[in-house]
Amino acid sequence: MPSDPLLAAKSVSRHFAGLIAVDRVSLAVEPASVHALIGPNGAGKSTLVNLLAGELAASEGTVVLDGRDVTRWPQPQRSRAGIGRTYQRTTIFPRFSVHENCRLAAQAHRQEPWRLWARASDDRGTGERAEAAIELTGLASSTARVAGTLAHGQKRQLEIAMCLATAPRVLLLDEPLAGMGAAESEQMLGLIDRLKPTHGILLVEHDMDAVFRIADWITVLANGAVVASDVPATIRANAEVQAAYLGEPA
Amino acid sequence: MTAASGARSAWPSSLVTWAVVALIAAFPWFGGRFYVDLALTIMISAIFALSLELLVGMTGLVSFGHAAFFGIAAYAVALLSPAPGAPALWWLLPAAVGLAALYAAIVGALSLRTRGIYFIMVTLAFAQMAYYVFHDTPLGRGSDGIYVSAKPLITVAGHNVLDLARPLTFYYFTLACLVATFGFLALVARSKFGHALAGIKANEQRMRAAGFSTFAYKLAAFVIAGALAGIAGFLYAVKDGFVNPEILAWHQSGVVLLMIILGGIGSLRGAVVGAFAFTLLKELAQSEALFGTFAKHWQLTLGIVIIVCVAAMPNGLVGIASATKRRIAPILDA
Repeated sequence: MPSDPLLAAKSVSRHFAGLIAVDRVSLAVEPASVHALIGPNGAGKSTLVNLLAGELAASEGTVVLDGRDVTRWPQPQRSRAGIGRTYQRTTIFPRFSVHENCRLAAQAHRQEPWRLWARASDDRGTGERAEAAIELTGLASSTARVAGTLAHGQKRQLEIAMCLATAPRVLLLDEPLAGMGAAESEQMLGLIDRLKPTHGILLVEHDMDAVFRIADWITVLANGAVVASDVPATIRANAEVQAAYLGEPA
Repeated sequence: MTAASGARSAWPSSLVTWAVVALIAAFPWFGGRFYVDLALTIMISAIFALSLELLVGMTGLVSFGHAAFFGIAAYAVALLSPAPGAPALWWLLPAAVGLAALYAAIVGALSLRTRGIYFIMVTLAFAQMAYYVFHDTPLGRGSDGIYVSAKPLITVAGHNVLDLARPLTFYYFTLACLVATFGFLALVARSKFGHALAGIKANEQRMRAAGFSTFAYKLAAFVIAGALAGIAGFLYAVKDGFVNPEILAWHQSGVVLLMIILGGIGSLRGAVVGAFAFTLLKELAQSEALFGTFAKHWQLTLGIVIIVCVAAMPNGLVGIASATKRRIAPILDA
């Protein structure tokens, strides 16, 4: 691939009390592309996302963002530097409105905790940024609703909107289609497609049809290690991948 | 007030709040001496409860060692006051509050690395450490405690501008502290800082993923809460003119937790109402006129009443008020 990667893992490992969850994995997320990460349950996909986002510290190896070594950076610092993530299990503020969910996320970029005299809701910049993210994800008609009352698919969209409100350049999406119906999945895939030109996207996903449709590059993980990493057409033909994953009934 | 509910019914509620403030301000003119003293105790407890509400209600941090900050400020009044003559308010209050905040910074920096039940236990352990320092070392002069001989004042050019030895002055000074604490926390709740705390309470993981260094926020809240508890401790020492180690003991931390639970966690008014209700219930349970010789078992009476209250009103006393408002709102609208 021609361009420099936005985010790269270089031989990162993570051990949990003797168990090797991620074993010397290297991969790169390029700008304006979707890099899919697939593999059976327990392959270490979510652990790898956690290592990239900084939610877990790597036992070995380095994580590089825009050419800077961010391996020792805590998660909030990496987030402010441009790494946005969503969780496999929807992680939102269920009792806040859709707008406040996104406004609070947007606030991360202009935190100003000392401005005690000013209402958070009057902050024009964070409010506009939140509304732009809500608009982009197609939640504009639900902006005043309490997040906990949304349908499952809308909650997933909201989580991406919160992520976008922090203006990330890299998106780490952990199974965004999980639990979605066909129509909701289509909507989500359309959204990912719209985000692609302006973001580098790492997509963890079990839906193989979706992955082969949308990914520019696929890395297959099994038992914490990379089995194969190539363009979709090559991955589909790879015998080892067939054995490790694709051959299994989904 | 939660971040989500906003200012929907701001003005009628604040009208009630100001009416209550006016009532408290007028109270010394018609209330008896005993009741004025009780009102002072309630106001000081309310400041203490508000300080804990910042942690428990606004940030989701259940501290079980909040009496330490109250007690340290109270002891600072006793220990820093010069032997003859009255201390100057302008340095004694900041010194007492500053020491409470300093201890809160130390306790917070260490305890905030833990969560949930561990956080409760670690804050309790730090409070007990402070308790034993005053109970068992020469510094605190043991379980007998220390008398505070003179009350702080402010003098300008030889005139006593503000003399806390005068009961009415002290009463209004305490009321001003309560209003200031309440107003400050109300500002915090609607500010970016307060919204970030609400986010931490709701989902700290999401806040970190968004880019908030949540530890710094929690530590700031912990230190501010310690300082506000210090204001209450200062007022307590000046009011009673006496401190002993019991004001730092774990059951004081429990009492202030009970106050905010009774009033309704998640609401500033709840903290004030809880302090009022708890202090009043305690007075009633201790009343020999009501309970005769059983009054000496007041803790049993109080305990049972509180258990019943908490079981019957999971959202506290203010929860009842808002539920009633919801019920009668359609009738009023019709």
